[in-house]
Amino acid sequence: MIAPPPSHARFSLATLRTPLFVGLALLALVVFLKATPGKITDPFVLTPTFVTSRLLRHIELVAISFAVSAAVGCALGIGLAGRGRVGRLVAFLPANLGQAIPSVGALAIATTISGLGVTSTVEALSVYGLLPIVRNTVAALQSIDESLVDAARGMGMTRLQSLLRVQLPLASSGIFAGLRTSLVLIVGTATLGNFVGGGGLGDIIAAGTGSEHVIITGAVIVAALAILSDWALGLVETALTPNS
Amino acid sequence: MITFEKVTRRFGERVAVSALDLQIPAGEIVMLVGPSGCGKTTTLRMINRLVEPSEGRILIDDVDTASLQPEHLRRGIGYVIQQVGLFPHLTVAENVATVPRLLGWDGKRIEARVTELLDLVGLPPAEYARRHPSELSGGQRQRVGVARALGADPPILLMDEPFGAIDPVVRLRLQHELLRLQSVVRKTIVFVTHDIDEAVRLGDRVALFADGGHLMQYDTPAELLLHPRTGFVEEFLGDNLLLRRLALLPLRDVHLSRNGTRPNEEVAITASLRDALDATLRSKDGRVAVVDEADWVGTLDADAIREAAAAK
Repeated sequence: MIAPPPSHARFSLATLRTPLFVGLALLALVVFLKATPGKITDPFVLTPTFVTSRLLRHIELVAISFAVSAAVGCALGIGLAGRGRVGRLVAFLPANLGQAIPSVGALAIATTISGLGVTSTVEALSVYGLLPIVRNTVAALQSIDESLVDAARGMGMTRLQSLLRVQLPLASSGIFAGLRTSLVLIVGTATLGNFVGGGGLGDIIAAGTGSEHVIITGAVIVAALAILSDWALGLVETALTPNS
Repeated sequence: MITFEKVTRRFGERVAVSALDLQIPAGEIVMLVGPSGCGKTTTLRMINRLVEPSEGRILIDDVDTASLQPEHLRRGIGYVIQQVGLFPHLTVAENVATVPRLLGWDGKRIEARVTELLDLVGLPPAEYARRHPSELSGGQRQRVGVARALGADPPILLMDEPFGAIDPVVRLRLQHELLRLQSVVRKTIVFVTHDIDEAVRLGDRVALFADGGHLMQYDTPAELLLHPRTGFVEEFLGDNLLLRRLALLPLRDVHLSRNGTRPNEEVAITASLRDALDATLRSKDGRVAVVDEADWVGTLDADAIREAAAAK
């Protein structure tokens, strides 16, 4: 008699607006490249192999860094939400400092630890993406009405059950806001991987010094990747966030 | 039966509950009442160990609650709070199913129980089960709160000012519903309120607390109103104490005689002295006839009512 509530139609045509927009932007890029005169060397730089390999490397950098940021950030946020103001201050101070350092500076620090290459890029990006996640997770968990936690505990939920069944579902939209900010931040900042030998789409932009076409191609692909990854995470959010 | 043995709770320097001895009999409604900060909520929350006693023991049916795992203890005790605390991301049915789910009941049994409970609190499952809390009125939410607390049919129900945030008309209705519900389910109910009228209306017994968690008097509502033991109790009972007392005195217990002609205004012998007083105020000559069915059995006026009240 009591069935679960009918799930709402979550995927509508409106959902496809973002990829459609990105597709049009990429199409516009191709038209631009064909229609305007570039430098004579451009075809040798913008080879399919070069672009594809740098794109894949970029995605790899982003995926690993974001996974680390998300895991550590959410865990840290959950841990800190229950602490007092002093505890949070102690945790946020270094995190804020980290955010205040220019991203290139964070990369430089990482290379002094792990040398040049992918590892230091991932380290810097992971730390860089941490703050929005921690901050939003703490804020989202603290905004939950205390009486809900009281009710959950009073009915015999353990701390973990209350967290998983009540607090996290209710905080999910806030947590996802942090995750999405962080993901876009990481996609953009990952272009700096070029400076420390991490590779990625930054290589294309750097290779284009002096060539409009190459720089624009690199930049448009980074932008498209940022928009698409934010969109994809938005889909995950819609699927996971309970409606109330 | 819930037994408090010399239970003290301190928060830092402040003593919230002090050396409390209290016995709450099974199947009764016991009201914990007192001014804010008197430790009544702390007392309630120590029963399901959301607050641990600093000293002393609390026994439920002779089992020391400290010997049980808190979560297991709580799953056997219904808990209703003023803010209701329904989970906004779950449906009414899912909210009511909370404790049965924690206990690992199978789906069929949970569904049957949820249907039964929603019917019991007067929310037809077909209409309400799938709604979210945001789609309910305040009174409906608290009914779901009560249904959720009864989820796994616990013998004990703790209610912390459950009707405190609800408007007076709906509150009165919910109070009557609770009494009706209690006549069906016969739980041991511990109910915190700061409203003495609510305490007297609902309670089989009333425990009146003063600041610092001192139990001032623990009695039936009639005893409390008729024989307040200290000045504090009398003061807390308030300005309308005499009127409330009159409401507790049935006309049957009053010595009645007929005199003069039969007055036009009537009051039934099953009513209280308060109803009689009300009738004298309505009556043009200040006299009322007390009737048993159609028989005129006595005459009352304001003086006679005062004498009858004083005799008690």
